[in-house]
Amino acid sequence: MNINATLIGQSIAFFLFVWFVMKYVWPPLIVALDERKKTIADGLAAAERGQHEQELAEKAAEKHIREAKGQAAEILSQAQKRAAEIVEEAKGGAREEADGIKKAATAEIDQEVNRAKEHLRQQVASIAIAGAEKVLKREIDEKAHGDIVDDLIAQI
Amino acid sequence: MAGEGLTSGDYIKHHLQNMTYGDHPVKGWTFAHTPEEAKEMGFWAFHVDSLGWSFALALIFFFAFRKVAKNATTGVPTGFQNFAEMIIEFINSSVRGSFSGKNDIVAPLALTVFAWVFLMNLMDLVPVDWLPMLAQQIGAAFGADPHHIYFKVVPSTDPNVTFGMALGVFWLMLYYSIKIKGVGGFFGELAFQPFGKAGILVNLVLEGVSLISKPVSLALRLFGNMYAGETIFILIALMYGGSLAVGAFGGLLQLGWAIFHILIITLQAFIFMTLTIVYLDMAHQEH
Repeated sequence: MNINATLIGQSIAFFLFVWFVMKYVWPPLIVALDERKKTIADGLAAAERGQHEQELAEKAAEKHIREAKGQAAEILSQAQKRAAEIVEEAKGGAREEADGIKKAATAEIDQEVNRAKEHLRQQVASIAIAGAEKVLKREIDEKAHGDIVDDLIAQI
Repeated sequence: MAGEGLTSGDYIKHHLQNMTYGDHPVKGWTFAHTPEEAKEMGFWAFHVDSLGWSFALALIFFFAFRKVAKNATTGVPTGFQNFAEMIIEFINSSVRGSFSGKNDIVAPLALTVFAWVFLMNLMDLVPVDWLPMLAQQIGAAFGADPHHIYFKVVPSTDPNVTFGMALGVFWLMLYYSIKIKGVGGFFGELAFQPFGKAGILVNLVLEGVSLISKPVSLALRLFGNMYAGETIFILIALMYGGSLAVGAFGGLLQLGWAIFHILIITLQAFIFMTLTIVYLDMAHQEH
């Protein structure tokens, strides 16, 4: 356990190695560590930003969907309304048309009936005249008795 | 091990003797063949084993970390880079926690101190006879008498080594004290507290003792712990010379002590580093 020049040797070596480490070992490693720390911090920040953006996008998407849904519902209700309108219009048109047809038919029927009546009346009149001719065994002057015949026709 | 005609005392003494190369008053520069010769060499002698192992370990540490530093990527670290970065982070957080000033030397200094002391202490876990036996074989191959080849493998059990490092820290303390506070400021710190200008002599004695005690305690704490641990390993190794049962019990003891020692060597390295940081922090603080 002698104290001797080993002491000096060790002291010199100590300074040398501290110097070496300070110059060649510590700076590159600490720089690498710091850079990695920065990279990680940046990455984390980016991730957070991404998450935030995703949240925003999700919110926007939700809003869009809600709007679209609203629009769809509106369009649907409008379409339904329009459809109902069309149906109503169609119904109205059909009814009018039907009424027209009915009216025309009724008019035609009336006309036909009148025509038939007229015809019948004339036939009856001629038959009656013929009958009367036969009865009177002479010809009635149509011109002279026209008004009587007409009166008869009207009475039928 | 303890056999070969040696007594237990011889065995222990043999293990606690450094391989010394120095200026013998009679023989000139040579290896010491006996402890007496080593003593006669006085100051101008080197403990070849302590210095050799301490340099070798420091070089291992330096080149391992230098390799990592060269290839350091900012991407995902792999393998040894992971380990090195873990240590760097640990040192860096220790320095940030204890050192309030701004000085680029402190963190590398702390790393060097921690890694070096740890590696030197780690040699304590190598079974006490392996490397000395190897050295004796090698020495015998070169024609030397194996009984006169001494080989101590744990540099931190050599007070020269621990004092060498502690004095290194001490010079740095003095250098930065004077650099930061100026000669006057540093002297004022020593002379004018705690009792003011009236008690300048008392102050000088008190502060001087506390200043000197820093490197001394730093060196002696490490040396004492490691020396005691090493001695216990040697004592345990003595048991292998006994019967089979004693030897087996010795094996168990060695295992247990080695496992416990893992804690001690790490702790001692950590304490040495932390105190280094704290002392330098004190050197940087102005009052």
